[in-house]
Amino acid sequence: MNRRTLYIAIGAVAVVAVIIGAGALTGWFGGGPPPITLVGAGATFPYPLISKWSIEYHARTGVQINYQSIGSGGGIQQITAKTVDFGASDAPLTATERAAAPGLLHIPETLGAVTFVYNLPSIASGLNLTGSVIADIFLCRITRWNHANIATLNPSRSLPDRDIFVVHRSDGSGTTFVWTDYLSKLSPTWASQVGKGKSVNWPCGLGAKGNEGVAGVVAGNPYAAGYVELAYAEIQRMTYGAVKNAAGNFVLPSLNSTAAAAVAAILPNGEDSWTNVSIVNAPGALSYPIASFTYLLVYRELNVFGASMTQVKAKALVDFVWWVVHDGQAFSSALLYPPLPASVLGADERTIGLITFNGQALR
Amino acid sequence: MRLSLKGLVPARLRRWLGGAPGDPLFHLLTEVVALGILALLAAIVIVLFVGAGEAMRAFGPRFLTGSVWDPTPPEEFGAVPFVYGTLVTSAVALLLGVPVSLGIAIFLSEQAPPWIRTPLTFLVEVLAAVPSVVYGLWGIFVLAPGMRDTVEPALQSVFGFLPLFHGTPFGLDKLTAGVILAIMVIPTISAVSREALLAVPDSQREAALSLGATRWETTRLAVLRYARSGIFGATILGLGRAVGETMAVTMTIGNRNIVSVSLLDQGQTIASWIANNFTEAQPLEVSALIELGLVLMLLALVINVVARLLVLRMFRVAEGVR
Amino acid sequence: MTFHPMRFLIDRDARRRLKDRLAQVATFLCVVIALIPLGSILVTAVARGAAAIGPGFFTDSLPPPCNPDVTPNCPTGGIANAIQGTLILVALAAGISLPVGVLAGVYVSEYGANRIGRSVRFFTDVMTNIPSIVIGIFVYTLFLELGVLGWVDRGLVFSATTGAIALSTIMIPIVARTSEEALKLVPVAVREAALALGVPKYRTILRVVLSTARSGLVTGALLAIARAAGETAPLIMTAFGNPFGFQGLDQPVEAMPRIIFVYGITPFPNWQALAWGAALVLVLISLLISIASRLVLRSRFSIGGVHR
Repeated sequence: MNRRTLYIAIGAVAVVAVIIGAGALTGWFGGGPPPITLVGAGATFPYPLISKWSIEYHARTGVQINYQSIGSGGGIQQITAKTVDFGASDAPLTATERAAAPGLLHIPETLGAVTFVYNLPSIASGLNLTGSVIADIFLCRITRWNHANIATLNPSRSLPDRDIFVVHRSDGSGTTFVWTDYLSKLSPTWASQVGKGKSVNWPCGLGAKGNEGVAGVVAGNPYAAGYVELAYAEIQRMTYGAVKNAAGNFVLPSLNSTAAAAVAAILPNGEDSWTNVSIVNAPGALSYPIASFTYLLVYRELNVFGASMTQVKAKALVDFVWWVVHDGQAFSSALLYPPLPASVLGADERTIGLITFNGQALR
Repeated sequence: MRLSLKGLVPARLRRWLGGAPGDPLFHLLTEVVALGILALLAAIVIVLFVGAGEAMRAFGPRFLTGSVWDPTPPEEFGAVPFVYGTLVTSAVALLLGVPVSLGIAIFLSEQAPPWIRTPLTFLVEVLAAVPSVVYGLWGIFVLAPGMRDTVEPALQSVFGFLPLFHGTPFGLDKLTAGVILAIMVIPTISAVSREALLAVPDSQREAALSLGATRWETTRLAVLRYARSGIFGATILGLGRAVGETMAVTMTIGNRNIVSVSLLDQGQTIASWIANNFTEAQPLEVSALIELGLVLMLLALVINVVARLLVLRMFRVAEGVR
Repeated sequence: MTFHPMRFLIDRDARRRLKDRLAQVATFLCVVIALIPLGSILVTAVARGAAAIGPGFFTDSLPPPCNPDVTPNCPTGGIANAIQGTLILVALAAGISLPVGVLAGVYVSEYGANRIGRSVRFFTDVMTNIPSIVIGIFVYTLFLELGVLGWVDRGLVFSATTGAIALSTIMIPIVARTSEEALKLVPVAVREAALALGVPKYRTILRVVLSTARSGLVTGALLAIARAAGETAPLIMTAFGNPFGFQGLDQPVEAMPRIIFVYGITPFPNWQALAWGAALVLVLISLLISIASRLVLRSRFSIGGVHR
């Protein structure tokens, strides 16, 4: 066989392999109609849970949920641009964002805690911290671990005489929004110098991409400190601090303390403004002070997508969201996201009922 | 092996295709395709200019002199920290990469025994085949801890008095990003430098050798001087590559939008900043990011045109002397 | 230089010889310095990726994030979706860019001794130097605008189509330039011989010139393919990613370089192992392509029978 025939043969085999591969995974060969696919993008905060939901929902219904964790900022922008079917964010839409995306509903699908993670070789979880101390650390006014302000809160621990390696987010993040919301409330200096938002001008420290990135950098560098959602810290058995809550107790982030923070939450209607919603520094003896809901962002009238959104797909989206807030909650606790409180579940059901396609309600 | 049209095409058609009309058709086809590529380039430039238009109208020349990137209204977008970061990391890349590349080029063209040249040249080429993202991953897991624990403290103990090495070593900083870029540009600079060295006519080498010069002296006195512009061109080509690198840099530079003197501080480059923020930016910021992309494209283009001119000159100079 | 025992007794010459030796050692060390990272990357990729490369690596897809030390049944998962995605994206991109690039190279080399040809050559050169992130934002912006205008569906912004278009835009200038260079190497005598026999120009090009330049053309194609397979930045904002396999040309698709980036920066051990495994596979593929293009070039002398 001469060379030209060889090349042609190789090329043909490659093309056939690609086609077979494509076919097998798309169900072209006798697998019935192609599966319904939904594309979502947004927050990294609930990503471990959404990833789990994607796998479980696919196993149950065959619907493929493709969720990419590009950050809350990305989720809001892409759902506004209508390049994805649903968005996700821990930061509620600002007034400007609401104006740019009329008809976008907030549907809280879970809640979680933002932890202060640190990588201190000899110190276990439970380092006591207050909001103003944390603010000073992120302002780089406190630069060493054995600073007096940290030491007085932790008399029984021997803190190393080392620089604190501060890690924050480099992307537009709802987790950052929750974190800076808390720091702004507890530290007037923070509020005036930095403020709150999905993206702020960090006074110091290194930026990493996503909750994953921050966790990765903190886990890989001794004497580093950052903020990540509880699931990320737990999966990696990272150590995190106990933060002083509004009642004056030092509370570790956990299922119970996060759930306690949401108990008194009063949430608006799904179609209204959620700009001022915050469960940070919640009252209650057991509440963890840096907790937040996280929201799925879905359009109220799904025909805004144009030709790509069909009745079938719209129904699939609504069914998925319904499943998430009901059966999906069974998977939350294992990943340390508390199940939704009954009142929030009720509000979600009402909001989901508002979603229509060409005027017809889907639930 | 011949493919025959006989079985596929009726005789008259075959005669028409095989005759003169086939020529202009083919010429037209290739010309259309070639012009299509020009159209693609035009499309890129147009789409980017239109996209950047909003930011250009809103900020004007302030864009290139401002240091703040603030997407909350009232928005303010300035490109200085990113241009600075790009230039600094590229400078580090060249400072470290050019001597090493030159050493490789000299070794592979002048010093090495012939049997070792091909395998070593091949290995250096393989450096260029490693994707940027793999360099980035290696940078995070291997290079950065190494820099943080060994190299940077050592540098600080010796050169700590210089503002260049102030600050606590974190491993993920401009210096590490510069080192990775140096590794990535070595194949380019060394390959073109090697061409430059090989283009030096043998008469120059023979003249030096006949005067009793050692191999190194020949290289230093006769060859390097001659190949100067080619080597310079190679350096600029490497710079062009360094300026556009995205993934390896974004994974190791630490992502902070500040202008700081110390190499041990985090920084940000244009390409890395665009990659980080593009999918989450609101419309005016997207426009500003596209404008930033245009700045980068212009930078890369100018650098590469200069490099090509220098490299071309190297060949013309070599041809001039026989 | 002949060996003469007396020379070693003359100090100055000994010093010069020493410098010569030192220069040899120093330049050799430069080669070693450059190759250390290469070795380190390979060793690290094998060490860290080996945990992931098991039976499921090529058939399973993204597992849930977990830590084997914490979760008892932490699945290793695999990168099947990414391998398939890269194959499809590269195949599509090659399908577009190889014919376009070669035809453009043919134009510049065979018909291009005029202003149009010179500007095509110059601008194609310019295009090879456009940073790939800029190409990514071009494709994203173009399709978003088309979507806003209503000409295409907005969901197409994140799809295999835009990913393939982004990769083609990167590949086309490379293929065009390398094809042109390869065609230029074919001696004029070969063309003249065919033309003298009465073969029309286009058939000369198609049958004779392209065959003779075959090895250079293949090398250029392989180079472009290797480059496209390793690109990440433009895919972040076009192909987007997908934990499932290929779902259609209008749906997002995964790609190997993207997962190296996205999983590699996470702290989850099973995802990190997958990222390293993918890195190992990508580096091996790039290595194979480099070796293949060298072999193709070396066998140039046996194809076409052209003697220089």
